[in-house]
Amino acid sequence: MSLKEKYSEEVNAIFAKYENKRSAVMPLLYLAQREGGYVTKESMAEIAEMLEIETTEVASIVGFYSLYHDEKAGKYRMQVCADLPCALRGADKFLESLCQNLGVKVGETTSDGLVTVESVMCLAGCDKAPMFQLQEGDRVTYHENMTVDRTMELVEALKAAGKEVK
Amino acid sequence: MAKTITLTIDNTKVSVPEGTLVVDAAKKVGVDIPVFCYHPKMEPVGMCRQCLVEIGRPMFDRATGQPVLEADGSPKIQFMPKLETACTNTVSDGMVVLTETERAKAGQKEILELLLTNHPLDCPICDKGGECPLQNLTLEHGSDQSRFNFADKQHQEKNVALGDMIFIDRERCIQCARCIRFQDKIAGDAVLGFYQRGRNTDVVTFSEPGFDSVFSGNTTDICPVGALTTVDFRFGARPWELKNAPSICSQCPVGCNVTYNVRREAKSGGGYVIKRALPRQNEQVNEIWMCDKGRFAGYHYTESPSRLHLDDAEFAANIKKAGELIISAKSDLVVLVGERLTNEDLFNLKSLTAGVKGQIYSYSNMGGGELTASYGLTSGSDLGALGKGDTILVVSSDLYNEAPIWHLRLKAAAQRGATLIVANARDTKLDKFASFVVRFAYGDEVQTVNGLTGKDKIGSAITEAKNLVVFYGSDGLGFDGTNEVANACAALIKNRVGKPNNGLVGVWQSANSQGVWELGIKPATNLADLVKGKVVYLVAADPAGDSPALSEALASAKAVIAQDVLETATTAMATVVLAAQTHTEREGTFTSGERRVQRLYQAVPAHKGTKADFAIAAEIAHACGIELEGKSPMLVMKKIAAVEKTFAKISYGDLAKVTEQWPEVGKGDLYFGGSSYKNTQGLGTHLAYVSNFIKLSEVKTTPRFGEDVVFAVPVTKLFDQGTTVKPAQNLQDRISQARIAMNPATAEKFGLVVGDSVEIKLDGIAYAAIVKMDRSVATGVVLVPRSFGISITKPSAVEILSKQPIHVGGN
Amino acid sequence: MEHFLLRHLDIADINDINIYKQNGGFESLKKAVTIMQPQQVTDEVKASGLRGRGGAGFPTGVKWSFLPNNIWPHYVVCNADESEPGTFKDREIMERNPFQFLEGVALACYAVGANEGYIYLRGEFLHVQEYLDKCIGEMEAAGALGEKLFGTSYNLKLKTHLGAGAYICGEETALLESIEGKRGQPRVRPPFPAVVGLYGKPTVINNVETLTNLPFIVEKGAAWYRTLGTEKSPGVKVISLSGNVNKPGNYELQLGTTFRELIYTHGGGIPDGRKVKGIMPAGASSSIIRVDDSTFDTVMDTPMDYENVQNIGSLLGSASVIIIDDSHDMDWVINKTVHFFKHESCGKCTPCRDGNYWMLNIVERIHEGHGSQKDLTLLKSVANQVNGKCLCALGDFSTMAVSSALERFPEDFDKKVKA
Ligand SMILES: Cc1cc2nc3c(=O)[nH]c(=O)nc-3n(C[C@H](O)[C@H](O)[C@H](O)COP(=O)(O)O)c2cc1C
Ligand code: SF4
Ligand code: FES
Repeated sequence: MSLKEKYSEEVNAIFAKYENKRSAVMPLLYLAQREGGYVTKESMAEIAEMLEIETTEVASIVGFYSLYHDEKAGKYRMQVCADLPCALRGADKFLESLCQNLGVKVGETTSDGLVTVESVMCLAGCDKAPMFQLQEGDRVTYHENMTVDRTMELVEALKAAGKEVK
Repeated sequence: MAKTITLTIDNTKVSVPEGTLVVDAAKKVGVDIPVFCYHPKMEPVGMCRQCLVEIGRPMFDRATGQPVLEADGSPKIQFMPKLETACTNTVSDGMVVLTETERAKAGQKEILELLLTNHPLDCPICDKGGECPLQNLTLEHGSDQSRFNFADKQHQEKNVALGDMIFIDRERCIQCARCIRFQDKIAGDAVLGFYQRGRNTDVVTFSEPGFDSVFSGNTTDICPVGALTTVDFRFGARPWELKNAPSICSQCPVGCNVTYNVRREAKSGGGYVIKRALPRQNEQVNEIWMCDKGRFAGYHYTESPSRLHLDDAEFAANIKKAGELIISAKSDLVVLVGERLTNEDLFNLKSLTAGVKGQIYSYSNMGGGELTASYGLTSGSDLGALGKGDTILVVSSDLYNEAPIWHLRLKAAAQRGATLIVANARDTKLDKFASFVVRFAYGDEVQTVNGLTGKDKIGSAITEAKNLVVFYGSDGLGFDGTNEVANACAALIKNRVGKPNNGLVGVWQSANSQGVWELGIKPATNLADLVKGKVVYLVAADPAGDSPALSEALASAKAVIAQDVLETATTAMATVVLAAQTHTEREGTFTSGERRVQRLYQAVPAHKGTKADFAIAAEIAHACGIELEGKSPMLVMKKIAAVEKTFAKISYGDLAKVTEQWPEVGKGDLYFGGSSYKNTQGLGTHLAYVSNFIKLSEVKTTPRFGEDVVFAVPVTKLFDQGTTVKPAQNLQDRISQARIAMNPATAEKFGLVVGDSVEIKLDGIAYAAIVKMDRSVATGVVLVPRSFGISITKPSAVEILSKQPIHVGGN
Repeated sequence: MEHFLLRHLDIADINDINIYKQNGGFESLKKAVTIMQPQQVTDEVKASGLRGRGGAGFPTGVKWSFLPNNIWPHYVVCNADESEPGTFKDREIMERNPFQFLEGVALACYAVGANEGYIYLRGEFLHVQEYLDKCIGEMEAAGALGEKLFGTSYNLKLKTHLGAGAYICGEETALLESIEGKRGQPRVRPPFPAVVGLYGKPTVINNVETLTNLPFIVEKGAAWYRTLGTEKSPGVKVISLSGNVNKPGNYELQLGTTFRELIYTHGGGIPDGRKVKGIMPAGASSSIIRVDDSTFDTVMDTPMDYENVQNIGSLLGSASVIIIDDSHDMDWVINKTVHFFKHESCGKCTPCRDGNYWMLNIVERIHEGHGSQKDLTLLKSVANQVNGKCLCALGDFSTMAVSSALERFPEDFDKKVKA
């Protein structure tokens, strides 16, 4: 189904917001990412058509911004800040033991496809390190002052929630 | 008039118009500041930082606003603490620019070093080697040793196909975005873009098919490194082995100035062959661009294995035979000329025909040339000068396919502020740039044009335009239709004729169609009837190949004399065959659709056993007892000038004149304009306006078909199976199958989907075609491409027979 | 001390529109729109000496006065991209004191005659966007935004726009490109946004914190504002304190407060009895200030304002003070910063794009213990090669920590390349 059919209300709201059509590209890309966690070529083409620009122009936006993805990953992307301020407060260690606990390396996805662990740049949560954000589709949520234990509890909860939905 | 600014560049005083960029001002006094991302045809972006220079400006006292002076009374100059980019700064009065200082040179050297650090330095195997700005600058300024660890270079993909014509070597790319910006800003096809960011930035295309633009080849000219290469030339030759031969592209009525690069090759017995085509600068015609058809298809027919040739004895015998047939025919001679012949060929053929009192016709389905000859553009016209206050109307033409460089020029005019009105029965790529798009149903062309002078915005744009140029083409039309449209369009400009930048332009299907009309030769409207029982002399025309009906008609001729460069269906059935030369092998002139006469020069030696058409015509004439000029096209032009009023001022000498052009290209600093060639061989001359009042005919409306009939209309695709296009090997994928376009609703009615093979029946003959969708085509209409093996000369009823693939001869 | 920006520390529910109103909320906006000319608002802000809090410290009122009055419409764009490592102040202001912030945006709009204002948030601030959208709705309902404000003919619409993960979009022209739906890459200047900005129109771009100052300046006047801070750096500043301190967080202090007060009084000192080794006062973009026994007092007694921080070899920037204690080596620190800049370089210009590639390459080699003395020289030279030659300031930023660390902490590097 096309984005326009699937999210007609949102699409209309986005277009109503901007007088300049092209400005709608970023919110539309979030929408395109809502379901699968990444933007498909078909969505890029559809957005290009809506905005009357070339698919390549849409793609080059996807390629530029780090919150858009062009490939499938885990249902959740756990993006741990390992930038200087967080690292001064132990973020590197946190990331390392988190990976051990989840049995993955940075950039990899847990075998159940639930979580992809990523190391990212400063998220403006420096005073609450260790911290990460969880990206799921077009949502991001912050998790601050974390410990490995609390993070593992969160992962378990996510797992359980996923099962319920199924 | 822009104000003049005076500044100093490396101790030379320069005066340039306000708004000039420092880099351009420097260029004008012979100071070459190295650039990579800057290109004089595009807005500066200041990305590569190669053009760093020192810039100082006069100091002013804050309190008094007075200039601060040095002890010696000269103005005190304040230099910026940082180096500045010469490409993004505009000149200002009293500015001092230093490009040769230690600081400036060091800055430039540092940038160059960084550019090279991730560059593969594979110059020995790079197509750009020898004409590479990066290589040249490195030799001049670079250091011969890298301070960086070679092993740590970023390694990237090489030889990635962006489309079927253009490859990219990612390691060589320096991210200057020239290709991307060209496609977006100049071509209007934003099908290239950057992906990722930072050091991972890559040039990509997401179009379907890849790099979907008919201007793609130009990106390889302006790429300042060897990152972009053409499928046509990759590994073809080293630039320094090549010689340059100026010419005119023979593929469409624009008349792009080109340079063929030639070299001797063993495989052709040590003779010269053409290795590639590049644009040659003519700012009033093609600037420094050309389309992909001209570049990739324009010359390959020269080397086609199906070239015709005759040995000396055969040639003499065939000339004699032709002469005899013509004498025997007397007034029963019908001469049919193709529109890719030169003015000189046409003139001789016309003289020969007149000498024996035969009839001469052109082989074309587009009318209105009497009008373009008298209402067309004339001296002083330049599409590049149109802008605010001017209006351009395009009727029934898909310029992107029919005459791509006009598409590009009109788009630019619109962006400069000209009012562009595009009136067509379906979407065209130009619509996006138009101020007004007028949509009509096929058949309503004339009515629509007649209605354009109403009391609305379009009406006033047309009637009140400072200058008005009207282009009309043959989209969906045959001879009658175009003729009527031409008459309707001519009415819009009849009060402006003779004024520069005002006129009617025919978007013809061939390079010298305008020349044919200017010489008074008209299309045969009922060819099949004309040839019956006649001696038919066909030159550069292949009716038998185009249409089974015409093939049959030719069979009923008394005799067929066929003269061409390649074997065709017509030469195959001819009584007498004569072997002609390609436009790359000979001299002559073409008259462009803008009525500009331009010279062809010989690029490669002619194939053995061939002669130029005008020479063959002269020999046949001689055999018939008529003396014509057969040695030199220059002398033929003298004769043309003597008898044809519009050509009166045309001479080969004048055609070869050049005036200075901006931007400067073709010097050692290829980083500036790119690898297009400087024009030293002539910019051509407009035909004169000869007041020659033509009564516009009472126009009737082309009949439309009934509601329940599906009808086919002919349209032009840039890449087709034309005689001179087919031999280009690289294009086979694009031209192997005819694609017919229709509205999805029409397709649904016949149970068809995209890509289906169908059999269609036109005038009782079946053809195979592939189905394509186009929402902008009215339901009940099928677009059939010309020159694709389907004979269609005008809107006709069509039957869609089956979706089973059928087998028909040829491809 | 009373808080003027982090007011939620004094009034916990200030994010409730009614509480905000009870505490004088929207009075400044009402005053401006109903009884002041736009020019008067600009003049007041000019007189207050308020300087941009986004990093460059450019006088705000002066910036506004660059907008030409013959080209319309004008736009105000609020820079809420907040992506400098170590900066997290704008987030707290928007999350906790949203109405004062939005009132500030509205005041700027009125002052420059804009009927539309954009708030550009970094993509990670989705929750802030949703929250601000809700607050904007409440303000519209309360008549503090929308059509015919306070019964005048002035209309104002505020919109939020979400980025998608790119530090460079904090650079003002890249930010504009991003709102226009393009890759967030900086534009060539001139023309400056004040003349050719959003959608080609005159545009003011100000930081969240800068704008949040406005309601108080309009209410209490420039003279009052100048009683805070120093002569050249008037007012209060929210300082984001992070790294090796006991109490990291945001502290609203008068400009000119010393490092000592920030670190030891508010920040609670350094954990585990360690010593301060380096201070980065402007996030990852800073030149690192060396602190050792001989410089300790000079540094700690330096007032944090735009001039004095410069005097000790760094810049105040956005006042994102990162404290590095003596358990860390500077090769590790710059490995982190260069990593960041290489990741965030937009790639538009050569020195930043390729320079950061090589800086990272060399820094990693050194940090991993495979470097040589030659690498140190090369690293220094590449940093110089990048600095001052880029299209935007990110390129310069990327060299600050590198050059200063090499110069000021040579022992850390010598140790590494010898080993
Ligand atoms: C690379 C780069 C990143 C920046 N990031 C931010 C940012 O996140 N927030 C911000 O307010 N200003 C940022 N700035 C500064 C802005 O370009 C601009 O100067 C500022 O928003 C102006 O607002 P102000 O005058 O209120 O400080 C950044 C500048 C650069 C060069
Ligand atoms: S300095 Fe860096 S971020 Fe700024 S334009 Fe250049 S590449 Fe982009
Ligand atoms: S920055 Fe001036 S030519 Fe590239």
